[in-house]
Amino acid sequence: MIVAESKPLTEVANLIDNAKKVLIVGCSGCVTVCMSGGQKEVGILASKLRLLRKKEGNPLETVEVTLTRQCDPEYVETLKKYVTDDIDVIISMACGVGVQFLAERYNKWVVPGLNTKFAGGTTEHGVWEERCGLCGECILYKTGGICPIIRCSKSLLNGPCGGSQEGKCEINSEIPCAWQLIYDRMQALGRLDLLMEIQPPKDWSKSRDGGLRKVVREDVKLDE
Amino acid sequence: MTVFEPKIIAFCCYYCAYSAADLAGSMRLEYPANIKIVEMPCSGKTDIRVLLEAFERGADGVYVLGCMEGDCHFLKGNLRAKRRVQEAKKILEEIGISGKRLEMFNLSAAMGPRFAKIANEFTERIRKLGPSPLNKNSTIKEEE
Ligand code: SF4
Ligand code: SF4
Repeated sequence: MIVAESKPLTEVANLIDNAKKVLIVGCSGCVTVCMSGGQKEVGILASKLRLLRKKEGNPLETVEVTLTRQCDPEYVETLKKYVTDDIDVIISMACGVGVQFLAERYNKWVVPGLNTKFAGGTTEHGVWEERCGLCGECILYKTGGICPIIRCSKSLLNGPCGGSQEGKCEINSEIPCAWQLIYDRMQALGRLDLLMEIQPPKDWSKSRDGGLRKVVREDVKLDE
Repeated sequence: MTVFEPKIIAFCCYYCAYSAADLAGSMRLEYPANIKIVEMPCSGKTDIRVLLEAFERGADGVYVLGCMEGDCHFLKGNLRAKRRVQEAKKILEEIGISGKRLEMFNLSAAMGPRFAKIANEFTERIRKLGPSPLNKNSTIKEEE
């Protein structure tokens, strides 16, 4: 899932400036699972903002809606009836994708309520960890299912570097060395031979280079 | 002289505090009329949003009463409540309402006197803090 966390309250309060009525839009997708932008968090943010404004003697009206997903136009469309003339600002509590989809569809000032962090998973209730750097060409089959792009601080393809110490990364002793993990796993699986192969430089043009990336599936398109 | 009569909401777990309140009543123990009790099936029902809304709707102070640690009827509800109350206290500080207006206490169903003591002490605490900054027109009664 996409993992995000809430922006500090004062930052969101500044983003909506002197708005009188805001529409706070949650997302039932990833951000509900990582407990940052679902129905519950929408309610809490709305309550925080109202309390803050009430204290300042500048009351704020809030409208709360949580969409199935903000990254799908069909759900973004269902927001239409709530985007009334009197809404001054829309706060999107989805990942950056959701914020942009709302901004593209509605002629309103749309601001993010969250900081989008990474693609990751839940390691324990209340803890989320990054696992994938969305590099565009997955090489997990070469590394025993452990991603060196994101889990190695230097994204090395032929690790470890000389800074690997007792299984920890030299950049931060709290972080396990990804290449130690890869080595241990390959050893356990009896595939150390795979690590003898020298990996050529990765084709980064498939990654974050050159503007937005697109995936097109002709077989599922609906146009004639 | 005027005294400030705070509005206080006590979210009470059914298995301990709610019965303790009953017991305090049958023991004829006095506790301030400022306390409005809301029954919960377990303190684990504590929800940050509800705590915040209590303040939004005019509470000057709020507390959550759960079973003694280790004695929760649902095993860990009171421990979860404790974390949520901590988080909500931080939010109140951030907003400038003071985290001291919110607290969690633990007691058992047999502790009628403790129920009354918490009610008295917490009311005193809120009285000292004065009305919530949200309640500009709070009830300040003339003392007879
Ligand atoms: S908008 Fe973002 S958070 Fe919501 S479902 Fe889509 S990807 Fe996940
Ligand atoms: S190799 Fe690339 S796609 Fe595969 S997990 Fe790592 S970053 Fe993600």
